[in-house]
Amino acid sequence: MARVELNQITKGFQNQTVVKGVNLVIPDGSFTVLVGPSGCGKSTTLRMIAGLESVTSGEIQIGDQVVNQLPPGKRDVAMVFQNYALYPTMNVYDNIAYGLRNRGTSKKDCKILVEEIAEIVGLTPYLKRKPSQLSGGQRQRVALARAMVKKPKVFLMDEPLSNLDAKLRNQMRVELTSLHKQLGSTFIYVTHDQVEAMTMGDQIVVMSEGNIMQVAAPMDLYQEPENLFVAQFIGSPAMNIIPSENDSQTLWGFRPEKALIMSDAVTTVSTNEMITLRGSIVSREILGADSLYYVETGKGRVVVKMDTDQTVELQTSVQVCVPYSHIYEFDRDSGNRVQRREGKPAPTLAGGMV
Amino acid sequence: MGHVGRTTLKMVEWILLIGVGLVFVFPFLWMFLTAFKTMPEVYQFPPSWWPESWQVENFRKAWSSGPFLTYVWNSLVVAVGTLILQFLIGVPAAYAFARYRFKGKNALFGLSLIALMIPSQVIFLPVYVQMSHWGLVDTLWALILPFGASAFGIFLLRQSFMQVPDEVIEAARLDNASEWKIMWTIMVPLAKPVLVTFGLFSFIYHWNDYFWPLIMTNSDSVRTLPIGISMLKAAEGGKQWNVIMAGNMMLVFPILVVFFFAQRHIINAFVYQSK
Repeated sequence: MARVELNQITKGFQNQTVVKGVNLVIPDGSFTVLVGPSGCGKSTTLRMIAGLESVTSGEIQIGDQVVNQLPPGKRDVAMVFQNYALYPTMNVYDNIAYGLRNRGTSKKDCKILVEEIAEIVGLTPYLKRKPSQLSGGQRQRVALARAMVKKPKVFLMDEPLSNLDAKLRNQMRVELTSLHKQLGSTFIYVTHDQVEAMTMGDQIVVMSEGNIMQVAAPMDLYQEPENLFVAQFIGSPAMNIIPSENDSQTLWGFRPEKALIMSDAVTTVSTNEMITLRGSIVSREILGADSLYYVETGKGRVVVKMDTDQTVELQTSVQVCVPYSHIYEFDRDSGNRVQRREGKPAPTLAGGMV
Repeated sequence: MGHVGRTTLKMVEWILLIGVGLVFVFPFLWMFLTAFKTMPEVYQFPPSWWPESWQVENFRKAWSSGPFLTYVWNSLVVAVGTLILQFLIGVPAAYAFARYRFKGKNALFGLSLIALMIPSQVIFLPVYVQMSHWGLVDTLWALILPFGASAFGIFLLRQSFMQVPDEVIEAARLDNASEWKIMWTIMVPLAKPVLVTFGLFSFIYHWNDYFWPLIMTNSDSVRTLPIGISMLKAAEGGKQWNVIMAGNMMLVFPILVVFFFAQRHIINAFVYQSK
């Protein structure tokens, strides 16, 4: 167990900088998820922690030790790869035991440790099989067992679930979370899937173009995004962004699930409690419990998520109402969140006491 | 295409395959049959197919016409020794070419490919002079050392090493394996089909090689089997083709046996497979 600290980490390839001066503290025992679109530098960051990629500048610390110059095998970390990366010519037992043997663990201890881990991940009946004779889920377990058996300070996982089918992925997600609780080690997990990030992480690091956009707990990330990127990256469907009503320098954002669709017949106007956008429904997606409505308004197309108790037909003229308390304000140029002064943006109409 | 058309095509395919097969099998069959004939039968015209009585005697004659046990032993030492040396040099070289970035890598690899294109007849003279400098002419070393680094082997192994996914090697690095260990415990087992194929080619080539031992050796004690068998022609006076063919049978037999058992590996090495 150890905390991991990145100080001003930069990684450049030939003429391109893919990680730009990242500072990050990963607390001991946390489940930290690095999330971002492909090419944002999350995998490179993980590989630098593993020692598979050299650091162009900056310092990586695992525990109390600066590890920049340590080879991967000496960092006391274990990694689970997207495509499992099992040793194809070895059977499951040898795959799991390989790291132990390279450390000089005795044959007897090896056997005890491997069998113990195999029992935990449910691989005992398969120890004599070759990886090619296993299903995707079983291979994933071998990869996990291979990492666990070394009892490393830090677990590194590079999109470990993306090769599994949806059902198995959900199941493994739960298993990984409980495994983390059981082991209490530091987990660093890379994914491009925000659902994985939100459900598994206790600290989420959102990255874009080699920079960290925000580090926060899942709910904070959802409720208090610090910038447009995070606001639009976290949450599905993405946050709606419209020009603000009173200031050309700012943009407003609101989540599809926080808006309401009202019939055009009801007369409402923007008040100091909510904004109202007039428009018509151009498209509708029914997801089961919820439906997504795409509404073309004077301020652009917005998405509204509503439950399916009442349905609204296409082409209907409607009003989209959003309470001010659910409006986020961003600076148009920097994309940074503008902190709300005293609860709400300046009202457009003088209204009653709220 | 109709059902009839497809059947016809299949038949044409079969006829072609059988034809080509016969062309390759016939010389072996002829050698085999001749080895069991008597002298008059060999020269009989029109030639007969089957020997009237099977002359096992021919083999005894061939075997006792010279120190054949020594020849067989020398052939084995040369073929196996060369293979081991090629393996010890080729695996690290191929691993470096496949997996490392270093200055002059492409130039060096090009150079080793050029070695692939130059036949031994072109370079035997300087190699002979070099061997004689070292006092190795007329020893088995002169038959082994010049072939120690095989460009063909390095090329084949490099191709096979390049197909190994990066992650597998990275996983091994995280498992605290040294480069040396990765090479021998991960890469070499993965390249097994290629190694077997290359081993066969190399073994057959050096087992059969006539030219190089002919130049490098003068005395019976270091001669190899092909030289011994060619000397059957001279030793017996007149061409006793039945005895010569019996000798050739002894030369070819081990190779046929090996080939028979390793067929599957040879096919595997040339057909890409993902397992």
